[in-house]
Amino acid sequence: MGVLIGVLLVALALTGLFVGVSDVTPGSLSRGGAGGDAAFLLVASRIPRTLAAVLVGASLGIAGLIMQMLVRNKFVEPGTTGVSEFATLGMLVTMVFLPGLAVVGKMGVAAVFGLFGTWVFLRVVRVVPVRQLVLVPLVGIMLGGVVGAVTTFSAYRLDLLQSLGQWSQGSFATVMQGRYEFLWIAGLMVGIAWFAADRFSVVGLGEEFATNLGLDHRRVVAVGMVVIAVITAAVLVTAGMVPFLGLVVPNVVSLIIGDNVRRAIPWVAGLGAVFVLACDLIARVVRFPYEIPLSVIVGIVGAALFLWLLLRRRSRAH
Amino acid sequence: MLTDPTSTESGALPSAGLHRSRLAASWASPRSRLTVLGAVVLALTAGYLFTDVPGSLAFALRVRGLTVIAMLVVATAVGVSTVVFHTITQNRILTPSIMGFDAFYVLISTVIVFFSGSAAFLAFDQFALWLIQVVVMVGFSVLLFTWLFGGKRRSIHLMLLVGIVLGTFFRSVTEWMQRMLDPLDFQVLSDAMFASLTRPDEALLALTAGLVVLGCALVAPLLRTLDVLTLGEPAAVGLGVDHKRVVMVLFVGVSVMIAASTALVGPILFFGLIVANLAYSYAGSFRHVWTLPAAVLIGMTCLLGGQLVLERLFGFGGTLSTVIDFAGGLFFLYLVLRKGAR
Amino acid sequence: MIALENVTKRYGRQAVVDDVSITFGGEGVTALIGPNGAGKSTLFGLVGRLLQPDEGRITVDGMDVASTPSSELAKVLAVLRQDNHVAARLTVHDLVEFGRFPHSRGRLTLHDREHIEDAIGYLDLGPYRNRFLDELSGGQRQRAFVAMVLAQDTEYVLLDEPLNNLDLRHMAEIMRLIRRMADELGKRVVVVLHDINFAATYADRIVAMRNGIVMADAPAREVMRPDVLAAVYDTPVDVREIDGKPVALYHG
Repeated sequence: MGVLIGVLLVALALTGLFVGVSDVTPGSLSRGGAGGDAAFLLVASRIPRTLAAVLVGASLGIAGLIMQMLVRNKFVEPGTTGVSEFATLGMLVTMVFLPGLAVVGKMGVAAVFGLFGTWVFLRVVRVVPVRQLVLVPLVGIMLGGVVGAVTTFSAYRLDLLQSLGQWSQGSFATVMQGRYEFLWIAGLMVGIAWFAADRFSVVGLGEEFATNLGLDHRRVVAVGMVVIAVITAAVLVTAGMVPFLGLVVPNVVSLIIGDNVRRAIPWVAGLGAVFVLACDLIARVVRFPYEIPLSVIVGIVGAALFLWLLLRRRSRAH
Repeated sequence: MLTDPTSTESGALPSAGLHRSRLAASWASPRSRLTVLGAVVLALTAGYLFTDVPGSLAFALRVRGLTVIAMLVVATAVGVSTVVFHTITQNRILTPSIMGFDAFYVLISTVIVFFSGSAAFLAFDQFALWLIQVVVMVGFSVLLFTWLFGGKRRSIHLMLLVGIVLGTFFRSVTEWMQRMLDPLDFQVLSDAMFASLTRPDEALLALTAGLVVLGCALVAPLLRTLDVLTLGEPAAVGLGVDHKRVVMVLFVGVSVMIAASTALVGPILFFGLIVANLAYSYAGSFRHVWTLPAAVLIGMTCLLGGQLVLERLFGFGGTLSTVIDFAGGLFFLYLVLRKGAR
Repeated sequence: MIALENVTKRYGRQAVVDDVSITFGGEGVTALIGPNGAGKSTLFGLVGRLLQPDEGRITVDGMDVASTPSSELAKVLAVLRQDNHVAARLTVHDLVEFGRFPHSRGRLTLHDREHIEDAIGYLDLGPYRNRFLDELSGGQRQRAFVAMVLAQDTEYVLLDEPLNNLDLRHMAEIMRLIRRMADELGKRVVVVLHDINFAATYADRIVAMRNGIVMADAPAREVMRPDVLAAVYDTPVDVREIDGKPVALYHG
């Protein structure tokens, strides 16, 4: 299975390099040489785009995985907990008050808002009596809906609705050299998550359990929150909202190899990357030469997978 | 605290209980609380109808009267459906609108604008639009319900989550379409996507009112059964409630009311949340005989009071529902975070 | 009597109640015992019509549970599940009133009020009648729920692990109460218990389950034998006679 994911990853990435409006093929590359148009396109657009897709998929999968550990619920991810919506609100705030801010600054503000959103959600989950597994994402989505409504209303009043939509709707069409590099920050977060993997595993077993093992529960949770918020914000400013990915990928991995975080992290990262690469390819091919926004494809595929996970669980549960 | 059962009768007086009942008596029964609220609503209505009349009183009364009726219809639909929804889901921080009703509303409008342009959308037969929206929304919720609640293992929370996932799906399709609109079409569409209570179409208002009355008629005979449902499904079944059938009827009532009012004035998301939660604490009783009318009256108070303040003090009347959604959102955050403090 | 004929309930492929045929609920107290996962609570869920059997038929006094209106059954059979959680803030009195719902559909008659007063009095809840449930101790809350079931005025009373989360004193208090309900009020009480010795002391008859099947159904004294209990719990159990009563020892 691991080999399969690796092979898929490489195959999809290579295919992605050669699919697009302009003609970039191994043939045109060799004809044009290092200074040719095709080579320029490859370096300036296609390679960044492929790297961006890999980084987005991997880091969102990880963000979902960590969130699921922190909340101890299989059905959460930044998009079902209000974190993405808070980050979007942060984006709006920068558009209104700091319009000249560089993208990295926008990302920073969005990350701070995302962090606040994570905190709010964790606080809510701690106190809302939760017996039902699916009630947790319901509350999170409600929370997200509220924040989203505040954002939408403000954007509407300020005539920023459509430009906010440009940001929040996922697409790699605008990803080019010089625009995608923030995603390496998300990649760094994946590294941190990998490093702290065992700690997240223990936290996933509960606060008492963690404390009993001599772990500083609060600090691990804080690190996890930062990882989630930064990944969400980095993805938002480069590729927009990518719904369900952080939920679906870790769940599929958990079905295959179980819940040990250290073991799961490479799988989640790999499968997440494959997922986004595949969706991005579909988005570019379906209405060629036009592109469908990535979030639409991810929304459709992700929603279908999410429903399958939900209903499958139902037939097995108790 | 607990004394042996054989000695409690001769035990100390239960001072806490007595104290509470005296307190409760001083702040009147649910009946008088509601009477006070009703008087407030009447006063606000009079204030809205008869003050600050620019020209002919008859004309002002006619226009404003329609607005007041629209408010009453919306307050009833939202208040009743939210309280009922809270009871059947055993949860007080959800609203029926999260099930994607608003997604449908926006989707249908977007599809029309997308395929025939904003001019055709503005010229589109209001009645047909309303009808399409009501039918699609009710049809969707009933399908969802029979699919996930009609089977052997029934979970209302699962049903909601599936509804939301589907809603997200429709929303991403909608967003994609909206992105391909030209800015003018988009402007027309986004104006239509925010609820507006003023100047409703008379015929549609009558139809909506009819559906809301129908919804209430479905709920009314089940008022006492609703009380039993607050105990949760196991206890309610033990007390002889045909849980599946009752929840089905209530759910249809909720869908019809929400669909009708959404199709009339546009999506109102979090208004019900404020209204229902205020009603629980104000009514001073868990019984639906009191909480339902309290929710409706509080809804009227919010709408009328808000309209008066916005229109007369700030001079913009059309944005009431959005302001209310905004306030509702903040209230929701307050609600969940305050529970955190406890 | 409550009768099950070839009743099976499966979750996935696993039968939690496996082709069970049994008649129980005679006069007095019947205890349902067995290890975790034996199917006791599922059996209660089936009788209390919270679950539908995959196969078989369940009747209460000859009425088919599947076809008799739920409200009719609620007049003969009261079920109290474990972990009763109420979201709304109810007072003890509110809760007990609900017991009359099957009879009055919420419109209380004088007769209903008598039943409510009797139930509150019987459980010594008078001093707490206006307290909210979330202000009560675990034992008091359990008594309030029992009072509701009592106000329901049914012949059969099914209690699913009523001793959960109670301390020793309140456990004994609830068991004494169950005994009194059977002796003084003529209720036929069926109770799921984890503690075999409580079952032996207070029950007339014991039904023992394991892996979805009924292992024993006999007067308490006959079930309280080392071989029977060892088979039910799959662990050695010694039974000694103390003051003429059988007591199970399972600590060795």
